[in-house]
Amino acid sequence: GMDEEAQTAHVSWDKATLAPVDRLRSDRADSPTPGLVEGTEPGAAVQKSAMFVHAQSFEDLTAEAEKATGKEENPDESGECAEELQVLVGEKNIEEQHNRDGSPQGRTKEEDVSSETWRSHRKHVFVLSEAGKPIYTRYGTEEALSSTMGVMMALVSFVEADKNIIRSVHADGCKVVFLAKSPLVLVGVTQTCQSEKELLRELHYIYYQIVSLLTLTQLNHIFQHKQNYDLRRLLAGSEYLTDNLLHRLERDPGLLLSAVTCLPLANSARDVVSSSLQAAKAKNLVFSILLAGDRLVTLVRKKDQFLHHIDLHLVFNLVGSSSSFREGEGWTPICLPKFNTAGFFHAHISYLEPASELCLILVSTDREDFFNMSDCKQRFLERLSKRSAYQALKEALKCPSYSMEQVGIPELRHFLYKSKSSGLYTSPEFPFVYQSDEEQERLMGLYQELHSHLHYPTRPLRFYYRCGETENLLAWVTNGFELYLCFSPLSTKALAVSAVNKLLKWIRKEEDRLFILCPLTY
Amino acid sequence: MGEQLPSVPGRAQLHSDTLNRPVQTLRVKMVLLGSSGVGKSSLALRFVKNEFRSTSPTIGCAYLTRVVHLSNVSLRFEIWDTAGQEKFHSVTPLYYRGAHAVLLVYDISKRKTFVRAQLWLRELEKHYIPGSTVIWLVGNKEDLAQNRQVSVQEGERLASDRGLFFMETSALSGDQISELLLAVAHRVYECLGTQQGGLSEWEEYPFIDLHHRDTSNPFSSCCKVGP
Repeated sequence: GMDEEAQTAHVSWDKATLAPVDRLRSDRADSPTPGLVEGTEPGAAVQKSAMFVHAQSFEDLTAEAEKATGKEENPDESGECAEELQVLVGEKNIEEQHNRDGSPQGRTKEEDVSSETWRSHRKHVFVLSEAGKPIYTRYGTEEALSSTMGVMMALVSFVEADKNIIRSVHADGCKVVFLAKSPLVLVGVTQTCQSEKELLRELHYIYYQIVSLLTLTQLNHIFQHKQNYDLRRLLAGSEYLTDNLLHRLERDPGLLLSAVTCLPLANSARDVVSSSLQAAKAKNLVFSILLAGDRLVTLVRKKDQFLHHIDLHLVFNLVGSSSSFREGEGWTPICLPKFNTAGFFHAHISYLEPASELCLILVSTDREDFFNMSDCKQRFLERLSKRSAYQALKEALKCPSYSMEQVGIPELRHFLYKSKSSGLYTSPEFPFVYQSDEEQERLMGLYQELHSHLHYPTRPLRFYYRCGETENLLAWVTNGFELYLCFSPLSTKALAVSAVNKLLKWIRKEEDRLFILCPLTY
Repeated sequence: MGEQLPSVPGRAQLHSDTLNRPVQTLRVKMVLLGSSGVGKSSLALRFVKNEFRSTSPTIGCAYLTRVVHLSNVSLRFEIWDTAGQEKFHSVTPLYYRGAHAVLLVYDISKRKTFVRAQLWLRELEKHYIPGSTVIWLVGNKEDLAQNRQVSVQEGERLASDRGLFFMETSALSGDQISELLLAVAHRVYECLGTQQGGLSEWEEYPFIDLHHRDTSNPFSSCCKVGP
């Protein structure tokens, strides 16, 4: 909720203490269905320590938009951050003597913005400054769109002048959704049936992506000094992160569910990996994260410090989008905006082996900590190899997912299951009928639609069943979990309900392999 | 893999093709600076693995190592491959502070990267102590000579005016790469190796073997850190 958010904005990163909101007791008392209570659902952590900031996922994202204006940003940035800004401002004089370094890896965006192809893209995303200067476009070049973005800003300002906020425009099969997050304005344009809320959720992600590169403090600082600043200079070479995030938003259930998924791994092996990470600690180390591709192997955190799933997804996006951590060890400042929009953490990012999928991320508060983090990694590897868990981990990498055949419920095609208290979800491979990219994206679109119904701000549904021509869908939300299921169009509601029970039993049986039941702290 | 040499603190592990004569290993901090896209990461990859592949822009910086054997000493190059993007400039001084060698890289087919290299040089000159850092001006992408915008003479002239060393390379073809690294190694050792407090000695880490765990425990004899 709000208190949590306010707190986030006012702590500096070296002494932040974000206590989880403990809703367990009250929920348990209120719930009429024992067993379906948050904290006891399949996949819930055994101990009461969740890994993530305990937030009502979707609402947490969109509630901010409602919170309206007037939220002053934290003025007391730490000395270190101020110093970094100073360097940046000093640098500007030099930099302005000649034009920006064009990034050679820049996308091929030479698309004619007046063409029919450009218009017919299913979803456009634009980011602009409050002065109406283009910052980002998903398709085409920003330069070519400066007048279009000018019009967008004019719309925003016109409505604002009347002390109102423009939310969306619906016209000609198009939805135009606005998100004003000073000093940025984000605009999404879609021709799909995606709801306004879902599009707004995606715009928030893009906003956080930009903040994670620069910090909000730096963004505000820049635009306070120069309203007309061309932010593309600072984002040059990072556009592909935003491109990739937009792609993920269309395909990754984790971003929809506000959750992450785990590498299936025997409980015992995961515990060894976790405790090896736990032992490799250091004074300024806040989070140790081990990833296998887009799957979490384990996450160990400093006591009382929680990572938000959005921040974790931004880390996933950074690691997954770049080949630069493949060679050697990466060391980069990174802002985790849901933790603190004002400051940078410093992340040590490296793969356990050059060709491996296993990527270790060590997040420190100290920018001078490179060699300490490198040493932590060595200690982790040493423990891991000693206890033969590395072999088990490598075995597990061979089957990073599971098929519906293994689940063994013939009438069920596919599902998403999220344990609310742990913030983790599980989902099988796409079955044969959803092999193509288009079909997978279509199914994700259907899940999004279900999600919209379950999280509709004024009339949220608990249970939703829909028969379609190509599939039947069921969605169910309880205090403990969210469940989205896809059945053959020949299935019936009665079959669907019995499948849910079978599935919940199966997940309960497999939960120690599919989820992280014993998250650790240093 | 599999071959495990006992580690002796302060002594180098020798390559099998050299004589088993232990020599001293000294640490050399080398930093790559220059505009985005001039090929810093590709140079680093050549130095370390002698490979080439197209890379995505570096985020923050990447740290890689490579040991170079000279006749009477081994130098362990600790290479800081920095990001050329402007948003990382505020943290770049962290990386070049205390560097023994700096490679100032530009792309011979893009004049503005040459201009940018001069701006980096001006930045560097504010911070470094003469005699403690060897600076090399490197014109990369020599394979694009047909699109050349910066002549060899121009590079040479800038280098001699400012007391830098100069070389043109191609990370793509591998041309002049090992020559560059060897030249830097000799020059750094000449300038700093014998100097008091110039280069520090490298202390070996325990060797970590992720593959052969079923054989005898490789840590039993040399474990320095851990439980």
